[in-house]
Amino acid sequence: MNSQYGTLGQFATPDALLQAIRQLRRESPAMQLEAYTPYAVEGLSAALGLKRNIVPAATLAGGVLGGLGGFLMQWYAAVVSYPVNIGGRPLNSWPMFIPAAFELAILGAALAAVASMLVANGLPRLYHPIFNAAHFNLATRDQYFLCIRADAAEHSFETISKKLMELGAHTVVEVRE
Amino acid sequence: MAESPTIPAGPRNAADRGGPEVSAPVPVLAGGWTDAGVTDKIAGLILNRGGSWLSGWDRHWRWRSALLVSFSGALILLAASTWLFMRGVGLFGVNIPVAWGFALGNFVWWIGIGHAGTFISAILLLLRQRWRTSINRYAEAMTLFAAGIAGLFPILHLGRPWFAYWLLPYPNRMELWPQWRSPLVWDIFAIATYLLVSLLFWYVGLIPDLASLRDKARRRSRQLLYGLLALGWRGDARHWDRYETAYLLLAGLATPLVVSVHTVVSLDFAIGNTPGYHSTIFPPYFVAGALFSGFAMVVTLAIPIRHYLQLQDFITLRHLDLAACVMLACSLFVAYGYLAEIFTAYYSGDPYEIAMTQDRFTGVYAPVYWAYIGCNVLAPQCLWWRRLRRCVPALLAVSLVINAGMWMERFLIVVQSLHRDFLPSSWDVFVPTLWDWTFLLGSIALFVWLFLMFVRYLPLISMAEMRGLVHETAEEARSGEGKAR
Amino acid sequence: MNPDDAMSVVNGPAAPHTEGVADPVRRRVLKWMAASTALAGAGCSQPPAEPIMPYVSMPERLTPGQPVFYATTLRRHGMGVGVLVVTESGRPIKIEGNPRHPASAGATDAQTQAAILDLWDHERSRVVLHRGRISAWSDFAQAMALRLEAHKADGGAGLRLLTGPISSPTLLTQIRNWQSQFPLARWHRHHPDADVAGEEAARQVFGSAVDCCYRLERAALVITLGAELFSGAGGVRNAQGFAAARRTRGPRPRLYAFETAAGFCGALADERRAMAPADMEALLRAMAAKLGLPAAGDFSRVPIPPAALNKLCSQLLRARGAGVIAAGPALSVQAHVWAWRLNEHLGNLGTTVLPLARDSAWPDSGAAESARRLSPESLAALTHAMRAGEVKTLLMLDANPVHESPAALGFAAAMESVECTAHMGLYPDETARACLWHVPMAHELEDWSDAWSLDHVPSIVQPAIAPLYGGYSPHVFMDALTSGARRSAHECVRATWQAAWRGAGPEAFEQRWRTALRRGVIDSGAPAPRILAPLPAPAGMAAPAEDGVAVDGGGNGEDDNDGDGLAASLIAVFACDPNIDTGNQANNAWLQELPRPYTKLAWDNAALLSPATAAARGLHDGDVVELTATSPDAVLRAPICIVPGHADGVITLPLGYGRQHAGSTGNSVGFDAYALQGLDAAGRPSRIRRVRMRPTGERQGFARSQHAMRQEGREIARTVAVQGMRAQAGPPDGAQAGTDAPRHRPSLYPDHRYEGYAWGMTVDLDACMGCNACAIACQAENNIPVVGREQVARGREMHWIRIDLYHDEAGRRPQFQPMACQHCENAPCEVVCPVGATMHDSEGLNVQVYNRCVGTRFCSNNCPYKARRFNFFKYSSDSLSAKAHQNPDVTVRQRGVMEKCTYCVQRISHARIEAQKAGRPIADGDVVTACEAACPTQAIVFGNVNDPNSRVSKAKASARNYAVLEELNTRPRTTYLARVADPGSTLEDGHG
Repeated sequence: MNSQYGTLGQFATPDALLQAIRQLRRESPAMQLEAYTPYAVEGLSAALGLKRNIVPAATLAGGVLGGLGGFLMQWYAAVVSYPVNIGGRPLNSWPMFIPAAFELAILGAALAAVASMLVANGLPRLYHPIFNAAHFNLATRDQYFLCIRADAAEHSFETISKKLMELGAHTVVEVRE
Repeated sequence: MAESPTIPAGPRNAADRGGPEVSAPVPVLAGGWTDAGVTDKIAGLILNRGGSWLSGWDRHWRWRSALLVSFSGALILLAASTWLFMRGVGLFGVNIPVAWGFALGNFVWWIGIGHAGTFISAILLLLRQRWRTSINRYAEAMTLFAAGIAGLFPILHLGRPWFAYWLLPYPNRMELWPQWRSPLVWDIFAIATYLLVSLLFWYVGLIPDLASLRDKARRRSRQLLYGLLALGWRGDARHWDRYETAYLLLAGLATPLVVSVHTVVSLDFAIGNTPGYHSTIFPPYFVAGALFSGFAMVVTLAIPIRHYLQLQDFITLRHLDLAACVMLACSLFVAYGYLAEIFTAYYSGDPYEIAMTQDRFTGVYAPVYWAYIGCNVLAPQCLWWRRLRRCVPALLAVSLVINAGMWMERFLIVVQSLHRDFLPSSWDVFVPTLWDWTFLLGSIALFVWLFLMFVRYLPLISMAEMRGLVHETAEEARSGEGKAR
Repeated sequence: MNPDDAMSVVNGPAAPHTEGVADPVRRRVLKWMAASTALAGAGCSQPPAEPIMPYVSMPERLTPGQPVFYATTLRRHGMGVGVLVVTESGRPIKIEGNPRHPASAGATDAQTQAAILDLWDHERSRVVLHRGRISAWSDFAQAMALRLEAHKADGGAGLRLLTGPISSPTLLTQIRNWQSQFPLARWHRHHPDADVAGEEAARQVFGSAVDCCYRLERAALVITLGAELFSGAGGVRNAQGFAAARRTRGPRPRLYAFETAAGFCGALADERRAMAPADMEALLRAMAAKLGLPAAGDFSRVPIPPAALNKLCSQLLRARGAGVIAAGPALSVQAHVWAWRLNEHLGNLGTTVLPLARDSAWPDSGAAESARRLSPESLAALTHAMRAGEVKTLLMLDANPVHESPAALGFAAAMESVECTAHMGLYPDETARACLWHVPMAHELEDWSDAWSLDHVPSIVQPAIAPLYGGYSPHVFMDALTSGARRSAHECVRATWQAAWRGAGPEAFEQRWRTALRRGVIDSGAPAPRILAPLPAPAGMAAPAEDGVAVDGGGNGEDDNDGDGLAASLIAVFACDPNIDTGNQANNAWLQELPRPYTKLAWDNAALLSPATAAARGLHDGDVVELTATSPDAVLRAPICIVPGHADGVITLPLGYGRQHAGSTGNSVGFDAYALQGLDAAGRPSRIRRVRMRPTGERQGFARSQHAMRQEGREIARTVAVQGMRAQAGPPDGAQAGTDAPRHRPSLYPDHRYEGYAWGMTVDLDACMGCNACAIACQAENNIPVVGREQVARGREMHWIRIDLYHDEAGRRPQFQPMACQHCENAPCEVVCPVGATMHDSEGLNVQVYNRCVGTRFCSNNCPYKARRFNFFKYSSDSLSAKAHQNPDVTVRQRGVMEKCTYCVQRISHARIEAQKAGRPIADGDVVTACEAACPTQAIVFGNVNDPNSRVSKAKASARNYAVLEELNTRPRTTYLARVADPGSTLEDGHG
């Protein structure tokens, strides 16, 4: 089929992009905007009004899980499963269990952070309609893109592209699925 | 430093030619660079063939000989390891009492080198040190390779290396577990964690750059390769948002990790009761030593890279200057460590500690001791002079000296402490064999080879962050002019 | 070739003695196959055909680790030492002392322990050789028969027999018969360690051959002048006696050792002085004169201050009847005579010093009668006869004169003038290769014989296994040399004792025979040894000046020093090696690798010098010097080793090394000191010789197990000074060796309680003389591998128990300290092992789990005693003989694992099984570790520390008890009893 994904405007500078986004969100908040930039542009998230993402929470969970799990594993191994007299030390010599538990906490947190980031981003995703757009390969070089998702019918490509041109996009293309 | 004939892209930073402007403040990025310029230059190092700004540098005889030497060295290491597994650790010079020799020394040395990368990427990120941007990528690569090589040595030095996995907790029919009180088990966890987290940190940082490479690549094979590695990154603002958060968190996690890893390594010794091992100053003193050797290695690598790949604009004298300052600071801290050791030995009044310390001064291994005092404490003092900090050849020399000095320190701590402990009847000397040297040099060759491969196939400077830097410096420039007027 | 491989013997004999075999006739092939099967069956050799008696009543102190014990007798310097052979499914694997036998009393020395390795040595002689080619016993017997026929005609003129020292009644009887057949034939006896001067002196004093043995358990004062009381034939007995005397209540017996090179006596002595032999003679003479010995004459030079001399003499007088004055082999005949006369004068003869008439050892008086006629002549006499061409046939039995005789004698050269030479020995050694015929001899553990001990207690030698490599018994050999019955060794021996007990009927005889075999000693029916009374002293006793030794060895080497440091002359003293003895055990890898007590050298001998002498000549350890004897010219190159407490101006040369044909282990190890040994005026092998020393500028590296020999001010081997203290009862308050008991030390952790048994050990430093018996016993018991010279040099020796040595500044109180795993309750090794391969068991043993060990070696780093040993390579041997003699109860360790002392855990579990079978707890003494069992002075005590009445608990109760490095709070289960210093004993200080 040949349905529309959205309209993609190409900007030369991050400032132009930010301007456009702020403008559009003021005028029609319902609009679904997607911005593509070659680096993390400061203020972009704010401009798009993104909420706090889940990564920190996931990281905390991972850390706690790793740490507690690590300590309990050592306690179980040394006290319950395999209790032996090592150098006259008590079975549960907990101070000696801390280093490994600490490292496991870090490991758990780090894995959780990356995993949650990827999952929330829906990556890896090798195909995406946006890649079909002309010049989009410059999104990883020096061009700044704003994509307005084709949601309802009221916005035709022409109107939106005109709008984007007004906002400073030097090129506007249509993105098809 | 001799300029190579090829035409550099983009404006050049005059200060690099030394001379009068030495004292002038040098920016972390030479002016005049744009997003596109930065991206093209860095990606070009990997993608472009003939006709580009620096054509066919990977066919240059220098490059090829470096590759040949390092790769054959790596192969020698492989062969030596095979023979080691067949015959036994008796190949090394180790004995009773000196049951640990070069292998453990190399281990500590490499893991130390493996600390600078994460320090630069993580801690300097948290401290918002912008100058980290153009060096963190290859520093992280250095970290990975160094830590990986470090991880080899404890296995190589085992009496029965094929049972190394017994140090890990895994379900087994005998219901056996590792012995959690042993610092060696802590080591396994610390180093494994460190390797994984560094890898994640490095790879996450690479994703946008891989996307850039994917989009710039002309060859299908390259597009596929980098495309797969890039995981379909498209620079979506929402992605950037989470990405930044995750990257920051990783940095936050890596920071205590870096400190913990070498602390645990130091506990391998500090937990022991041998005079010379059993010391509470070890953890901070080892961490400082790690940063010391790590930054020395960063500088050692930075100088040839920026020279041969013409990256003087990205890795500017400012970077070298700051790295030199860090080295100087570490040197002072390490010096403090040495003094504290001597002081505690005499202050404690423990005859064994005192005897060990005196043996350091005058014993069989005294030359090593005084040599590394010279390398780690005296030599770096010249870095007090900015002129020297910005004199590239001098800096290279100092960094090499420090690398050697730190290795000697590790060696001395491992061997000298053991060779004379409590009972004089068991005193003996450790004499390294040819095999000991083979493994040391082989590991260095392997490191160099891995690094060359990295330089050849991956962006050795983070393009995404550089693009950010371009804009930030532009801002600065504008505001600076504003103030000037 | 790998001699274990039977096929290789058949296919390609590569051993020198089997070279160039021309196309073998069928009979020889069969012989080889027989030999081959004997070898192939080394692992599973059956017990001998004759009925042999298991040792049924096992003594308390000897815990069997293995099923069957056989009581038999081994020979040290020809004298019988009773032992128990532990056999595992028919294979002898361990030797223990025989408590019933006076020469052993349950203990052994290192050489006896190592005999088991000689038994299994696959390089022992295997086939009869004729001109170095494989031949057969029948050929040899035929040839001999022909030869002896010829000799019958001339009554045996030109027929000579050379043996080592012999104490076997049966063999002596056979020799007697042989001589009665060939009246003109002569019997010569040679042993390199024989104290020729002493024997001569005894002959002068008592008028006949004497075996001198001591009763140190009765002694109150022992003065040795270079006499090695604690090694050799009577060594174990003497050591035991002296240790017993020190333990018993009553005033502590004193031991003064005047030695050239430090020996075992020096280690136990209250005061030891290093002295040149000439000084010892002077001292002896001075004492003789001071004690008013008739005609000792006036004395010019006294090597010790007058006060010291007075003190010695007054003590000697006080200890009348309980004193011992022992003169060493390096002293002159005259000096020995003085020693005898002094002992006589002080009434020590018959109480502490027993001169036993050698012939009194004969089982039956009739034999004794003819035994007096049967007196062997010297090797010198034989050599002269050979040179004079008087010798047609030379038979050599268990002797290796080609190597073990002074080169000055020129025995080897003289041999060439003998038409027919036949040799019987354990090895195809130097003599065997120089002979026309060589016959392999069966090991003592392989065939029947008998022997009497130094104090003339006879015992039977019963085989524990059939000859492994097809050796023949000396008795069979002698039978072949006399026309008459061809008997087996068994028959020979029984015949002797049937004659001895001719009174008893057959049943009674069988009874006594069985008892003798069971007990390993004939304590009834053998005549009591006869103690000789000395002949009245001749009026004018000669001053020593005339005597060869004194002339040669006059002065201490410095007095006529020509000042030129390079060629300055020294007195060379030739002494048997503390490990391989005369060289007869040179192929014994255990003894070769065992560190020499005072030099800690392995796989080597060295010329020993005092620090002062070395410094005066600018020599350092390992410098190779060239030693030249004046007349006749003999040259020897030897590396020097500097030993504290060695006499100045004297150089000690250990004999027995530089072997050419000892076997792959012993060949060309060290230098051959026999090459420099000379003869005295009477043509006897001399123990001392004046030599010139010249540095060659070359250096030689040593393989040493210990480098630093000072305590560095650390209280490791402690000493408590107590006036006239008793050994067991602790010293009075204040003289405590250890600090407070570890239990009272603070600890963050709660104490670990050990219910039931808690094993522990004490080592009495006052009794340890560093004889190394424990080390070899441990090696045999625990399958400890031999690693070789290069590995020892790298510091990788494997001995589980090492004997540390510490010198004081003056070198007057050398202190040995056996150091093995201390089995710490707070074991530092365990905490750092990442896989839990070393841990504590319920009875407090620090156990090593070999198959869990991955070889990080962290445990060794963290062991303050460095008592752990690591298999850097695959050290264990796969050879058939190794497999055969290894202890099946102990794991053979593989490459890459850590190992260490286990407190002989296999013996503990064996005792536990026995106790459980008997339904009783393990009693004190049920568990005896290998080291404890071997120790001649019972310095090592092992047992249950939870039992307050156990020997070990009592020992730990002593105030001398202390733990090494107790400040580390490792809480070792092995503790030490500090050595006792008896201030009253010190001779007033002066130059020694």
